[in-house]
Amino acid sequence: MNIDGIAIWQYATPVAVAALGETVAQRTGVIHIGLEGAMLVGAFFGMLAAYTTGSPWVGVMAAMLAGTALSAIFAWLTVLRAADQVVVGTAINLFALGITGTLYRSQFGQSGKILSVPKLPVLAGRIDAVQLLTIIATIGIALMFRLSALGLAMRSAGEYPKATESAGFSALKLRMAGTLVSGALGGLAGAYLSLGIAGAFAENMTAGRGFLAIAMVTFGRWNAVGVVGAALLVGFADSLQYSLQAGRSVIPFQLLIALPYLVALLVLIFVGKGTRAPAALGQAYRKEGTA
Amino acid sequence: MTAQARGHALQAGSLILGVTIALIVALAALRIPVVDSVRLIGEGAFADRFALARTAVKSTPLLFCGLGMVVAWRAGMYNIGGEGQYITGALASAALAKWCLAMQWTGPVAVVLLILAAAFGGALWAAIAGWLFLRRGVEVVISTILLNFIAVQLLGYLTSGPLQEAKRQVPQTDLLPNELMLGRFDRQLDVHVGCILALVTAAALAIYLFRTVPGYRLRVVGENRRFAAVNYIKTDRVQMSAMAISGALCGLAGASEYLGIVGQLGNTFPQQWGFLGIPVALLGGLHPIATVFSAIGFGALFAGTDNLARFTTAGPAIVYVIQAVTVLAYVFIQTRRRPTPAEDT
Repeated sequence: MNIDGIAIWQYATPVAVAALGETVAQRTGVIHIGLEGAMLVGAFFGMLAAYTTGSPWVGVMAAMLAGTALSAIFAWLTVLRAADQVVVGTAINLFALGITGTLYRSQFGQSGKILSVPKLPVLAGRIDAVQLLTIIATIGIALMFRLSALGLAMRSAGEYPKATESAGFSALKLRMAGTLVSGALGGLAGAYLSLGIAGAFAENMTAGRGFLAIAMVTFGRWNAVGVVGAALLVGFADSLQYSLQAGRSVIPFQLLIALPYLVALLVLIFVGKGTRAPAALGQAYRKEGTA
Repeated sequence: MTAQARGHALQAGSLILGVTIALIVALAALRIPVVDSVRLIGEGAFADRFALARTAVKSTPLLFCGLGMVVAWRAGMYNIGGEGQYITGALASAALAKWCLAMQWTGPVAVVLLILAAAFGGALWAAIAGWLFLRRGVEVVISTILLNFIAVQLLGYLTSGPLQEAKRQVPQTDLLPNELMLGRFDRQLDVHVGCILALVTAAALAIYLFRTVPGYRLRVVGENRRFAAVNYIKTDRVQMSAMAISGALCGLAGASEYLGIVGQLGNTFPQQWGFLGIPVALLGGLHPIATVFSAIGFGALFAGTDNLARFTTAGPAIVYVIQAVTVLAYVFIQTRRRPTPAEDT
């Protein structure tokens, strides 16, 4: 495997896209634990749609729809019905793992015959559309949060939802929107995994990348650019293992893979959650006087 | 029958009914022959003593991890790091086992120490997350996710480095001799002492949570931290110890797999038991005794679907769907019943 900048970028894109989505959700106050599930249904339904229609773009659309649909269940229970985000998220992830595994086996056989799925075409050089879109979306989301009224309203829903309501916005709607956006991006991230990189689907192919994306949001201090940067760093560390495994190295490669998590943990140990974290993160908001 | 017991029985009955309906609907929706599948699952889980042994063996780590979640979640600590604690527990045990083998020391005392080492390894890993929450305000959810990843890499490093087999070919530890493994009741069956230990632990935990003062304090802290604090309960200490106990229990799950079944650690050691403990505990209503039944129920489903996988395309993945749907239905019912008070922050 040839490791260069573009390969690393490509390798890091699924986590970066998912982490970008998670940033939006967390900024509105929702820890979208179901992100792993959104990625997995994205990877599966993206592959399925591309396989049946022959178009990777239809696959990408299907993946984003699947991710959004799964996140809608999450958002409905956690935002509107104020259920616990960890409980629902865990169930959503299990559901995605079970449904994609079972459907895949029942449709493509137990061993999973090698499918030839149309991969995403490359644009300029070896860079494809999703990679470019990641950059545009990162800058767009960063600017939206910093400059636009909507961005401010979304942030306020994550900081102090009561104030959001006082200002005439619906904190619940903003949180719903944040969660659905993160689901759509999670689905896209999954599709990139199956259609952009692998050209196939495998059971549990996300293998914890959704959780990794959640961790990167903390590492990147809830800032879109920082989060994507953190994800790229992880992709780099991850890709190093291949070149290190080939030759004998002084540093164990497991340490390198664990490095981003260790750094994230050290940041938390020394800086703590810090003032960057949305104040109402993970807390359900209930409108006064409603049942 | 008291009203409380009737309530519990009703809850258990509706849960079993719910799981059965979810199973049938899932099978039908996925166009898998329902009757044959249910028969295959039943045979795989209960048909003979081998099937029953499989159910017991699958239920054991589920129960340990489920109990771990019960303690932490009851104290308001959303530990989702059971997987990492399961791994570090087993690693601590493996490190001690290597030393035992080097000293040529085996026997019951050594095995007990191996079990304790696993509890300690898990507790230590969970304590990091507890400390981060109490001293640095970091959500337990986030820190335990990070710690899960680090634990997996730690496993990879140790099994290809300091704890690797003597031959140094495969990244795994040496197979433990029988003298260092948990005792078995029958040579032909995998059922080991750990299965009984899990049941005893569940009973002990039920007494701790509902019949002792520290257990009462733990539940109060989980219900309402501020109320606990104004009543002079040391909330930090309570939550920290809840995390440590939770980690210790997940570490014991690691011990039961390592010392009871596989006897060596490698890349395939993590089997998601730490994650699956969460729905098991939730569907057990976060009560230790109900969690026993929930763990056995899902242990049977896993054993049964292993059997199903040998004859059809459906496999254990369908259990995840069933678990997920029942948890979501449970959440749905719970959030409808409870009137939501106005927030006073």
